Amino acid sequence: MLQGQDLACWRGERAVFAGLSFDLAPGGALLLTGPNGAGKSSLLRLLAGLIPAAEGRLLWEGADALADRVAHARRLRYLSHADALKPSLTARENLEFFARLWGGEVEPALGALGLTELAELPARVLSSGQKRRLALARLALAPAAIWLLDEPTVGLDAASVERLGALLAAHRGRGGMVLAATHLPLPLPGAGELRL
Amino acid sequence: MRAFNAVFLREVRLALRHPADTLAAVLFFVLVCALFPFGVGPAPETLARIAPGALLAAALLAALLPLDRLFGAEAEDGSLDQLLLSGLPPAALAMAKALGHWVTTGLPLLAATPVAAAMLNLPTEAWGAAVIALALATAVLSLFGTAGAALTLGARRGGVLLPLLVLPLAIPAVIFGAAGIEAAAAGLEARPYLLLLGALLAVAAPMAPLAAGAALRAE
Repeated sequence: MLQGQDLACWRGERAVFAGLSFDLAPGGALLLTGPNGAGKSSLLRLLAGLIPAAEGRLLWEGADALADRVAHARRLRYLSHADALKPSLTARENLEFFARLWGGEVEPALGALGLTELAELPARVLSSGQKRRLALARLALAPAAIWLLDEPTVGLDAASVERLGALLAAHRGRGGMVLAATHLPLPLPGAGELRL
Repeated sequence: MRAFNAVFLREVRLALRHPADTLAAVLFFVLVCALFPFGVGPAPETLARIAPGALLAAALLAALLPLDRLFGAEAEDGSLDQLLLSGLPPAALAMAKALGHWVTTGLPLLAATPVAAAMLNLPTEAWGAAVIALALATAVLSLFGTAGAALTLGARRGGVLLPLLVLPLAIPAVIFGAAGIEAAAAGLEARPYLLLLGALLAVAAPMAPLAAGAALRAE
């Protein structure tokens, strides 16, 4: 169970959002919607523990989630706007690094996003959609309780959105939680919505 | 430990993919040492007298070159967020980066030390001490430099700020390192100076990564 209570985030002197609360049960999904600049990305970074909350608390199983940020990091996967790929490494090598961190098998993860044939190409020659798929393939490596996804489907073709849908369904079937910021429809049946 | 190894191996692999960065540091080191004979004249005694200090200063400046990209490149492509969420404490992450910097920059400089020492007319009996002194001094610089790189990350003109922050911290390393090489060149015992340099490294090894980790977290 992940709970946000009265979360607020400040950027300089300005409140990006304030008084934000939500509950997310295992297997649940929450869509973060709102205009540009509403603080969707900031909220995801806050939930990941990358930026501090100005106010409010984030609870995991009833206890303060951010008290031990290293332990919190181990139970989540964060997909940011940037794909976090090294252009000089091949697709497989990029993924191998994360497999070493978290465990999991590289080949099935590549396969899950249809990247098997691109595995030996350096990331710099991949198209932006293919890079996004490679970033998404990290999710298929090893299970983690919370997925924080920032515009996961930007640049994806219909077939890849379908593959992502299968990943998301499997993750939620295991009792995983998803928080996704998006402007596009996502394959997340029964997801709640949090308007910022 | 597995995550630490993963980050360290990634550093080495990336450096092998971009050998130009390592090569640039080594060439910079050799070229700076080659400038001294032109500047002070080729008189062998004069050169040999300034050789220890020149070696140390040139090596530390060369090792400084790739530091401003240490975290900058990671922050730009989003990798830094992933590294901070790798499940590794930030201080351990900084330690892995510092070790990676030393292996990909400091270690290659040691290989070029004989060339630089020969150009500076350093007596051959001091070459061993020179390699040890440079190994320790560049390790100290990698540690302080990692802390400096973390602190200046995101700062405007961080590339200028970094040497101003790090080089003063490296002064003790230059003093003890050069003294050690000088002693060896004069046929004296270099050990005490090198041990002091080792002590400096022993202090920097736990402190600098902690500072770097705190700076990364505050980013």
